[in-house]
Amino acid sequence: MSLLAKRKKRALGRNRSFSDRLISVLTYVLYALFALICIYPFYYIFINTISSNLLSKRGVILFWPREIHFQNYLDAIKINGLMDAAKVSVARTVIGTLLTVIFSAFLGFMFTRDTMWKRKFWYRFVMITMYFNAGVIPWYLTMRNLGLTNNFWGYVLPTMVAPFYIILMKTYVESTPKELQQAAEIDGAGTLRIFFRIILPIIKPILATIAIFTAVTQWNSFQDTLLLVTDNKLYTLQFTLYQYLNQASSLKSLVNATNSSAASVALAHAQTATSIRMTVTIIVVFPILTIYPIFQRFFVKGIMIGAVKG
Amino acid sequence: MKSISRRKMQSYREFLYILPFIAMVAVFSYYPLYGWFYSFFDFRPPKALDLSSFVGLKWFVYLVNNPVRQKQVFQVLINTFAMSGLNILFSWLPMIFAVFLNEIKCMPFRKIVQTVTTIPNFISWVLVYSISYSLFCSTGMANTLLQQLGLVSAPVQFLQSASHIWIKMWAWGTWKNLGWAAIMYMAAISGIDEELNEAARVDGATRMQIIWHITIPSLLPTFFVLLMLSIANFLSNGMEQYYVFQNSFNKNTIQVLDLYVYNLAMGSGSYSVSTALSMLKSLISIALLCAANGLSKLVRGDSFI
Repeated sequence: MSLLAKRKKRALGRNRSFSDRLISVLTYVLYALFALICIYPFYYIFINTISSNLLSKRGVILFWPREIHFQNYLDAIKINGLMDAAKVSVARTVIGTLLTVIFSAFLGFMFTRDTMWKRKFWYRFVMITMYFNAGVIPWYLTMRNLGLTNNFWGYVLPTMVAPFYIILMKTYVESTPKELQQAAEIDGAGTLRIFFRIILPIIKPILATIAIFTAVTQWNSFQDTLLLVTDNKLYTLQFTLYQYLNQASSLKSLVNATNSSAASVALAHAQTATSIRMTVTIIVVFPILTIYPIFQRFFVKGIMIGAVKG
Repeated sequence: MKSISRRKMQSYREFLYILPFIAMVAVFSYYPLYGWFYSFFDFRPPKALDLSSFVGLKWFVYLVNNPVRQKQVFQVLINTFAMSGLNILFSWLPMIFAVFLNEIKCMPFRKIVQTVTTIPNFISWVLVYSISYSLFCSTGMANTLLQQLGLVSAPVQFLQSASHIWIKMWAWGTWKNLGWAAIMYMAAISGIDEELNEAARVDGATRMQIIWHITIPSLLPTFFVLLMLSIANFLSNGMEQYYVFQNSFNKNTIQVLDLYVYNLAMGSGSYSVSTALSMLKSLISIALLCAANGLSKLVRGDSFI
């Protein structure tokens, strides 16, 4: 037995000292507690939506559901405007994501082409926009002048050229072997051909990362509706939820009235302000809660690449 | 000669490909800057701007010459400084979160904690508000528990009270962001040379000593960059969080600069004043960014922009 191994053993023994063990128990407890604080609110709202509405209104459902029913979700579909809002949210998420991803990829690639005229200048021209902001009012007035208020494209166009994603793309493309592009050039491929045939297939991982980030941002976006949209056909789910939070009391009458047989509906299933608020919350948060754990590694990759640069 | 002109052609053509996007950046990011002119005019929409309404620096003076408004602007600045100050004061939290999470050797537990604590980062502020409403309204979980335990007799109005609003906003921000912010530090920790830890362990260092003398020093550069960024963003808290949480009871202490700029224009129709204020904010923010960047160059010998 070598001296080194002996010292190691001794060191290990000392590692299991009382204070170390105390620290490790404490860390487990604290992390479990914080994880619970992060997840419990979602669980709390969910069990309330499937419990008797009378009980949830009184606020007595705390840890497990009671008198389970799913009437709230069936009724939610009937709420005026909620399905329209869902369609708008899905549409802006899909279209916005597609456009942002493809254009960020293209620009990220183009900014690696040192043959381009004044490439450095244009790159800075785009990047510097990350650091200044004209402000809410000038932005609103611009959008109004462009006819993008009360317009679906007002959700999608302004965020299409995203400097941060372009950085991610550029960094990634630069890390791919230059020889691939050179070989294609010798074979006579043009810039666009190189992008579509050579680059796009090899940057799929970063495409996925950016797609997932953009999708979450689009889904969560609230401020642009608040500023630009007065036409309720263009309201998003986030905005509709915000409205419900502020006027839930008038809402329950709206839903219960649409049930023609309102009288026959068991009181435990009749909608209350609380039940509508919570049900819509779960509907809006559901895509995030399901997508996030599946795509977590893409999110993590995104922040890593950003960190290297930034 | 011929090949040179062909290369020139290609370089122009490549520029043409990105021209539409350059135009979009110009329209959506640069063009709005012309709106700053409104702060020098008496602009009352929907009437179009006419040159006769030029008022010079009237609105900048207006912000400070009336004692009532002066007090309001001062309160807004205090709120902004308090919220940003709290965030900077606790900016070491994600680092410590990552350091101790890394000490957890049970991988499934660590993975679950990491996943669960990052979820709140991906929900919108509207949803956060909805959650806080559900938990803290008068029939919410917090009040039910407090009453069942006999600690209070009447429901506590958590959301409507204006007390401790800075701390509350900081707490919601931390709830949303802590796990996600820690991920960057987790990555930095995994980049630490394992031999360093090994050597320290052989020399009999305890875990706390390893953390204090190896892990934390190697995270400090990352911490420093993030700190500089938050200093650059000192005046820009964003308005969404404060907008959704604001109500007539807490308005006085929740209104940060970004929200105030919005409320001035959309609430009271003072477009010109609002623009003047947001222009001042932008200019100071750029100065802060340059200062933070300069500091970073001085300390690390590298800029972060």
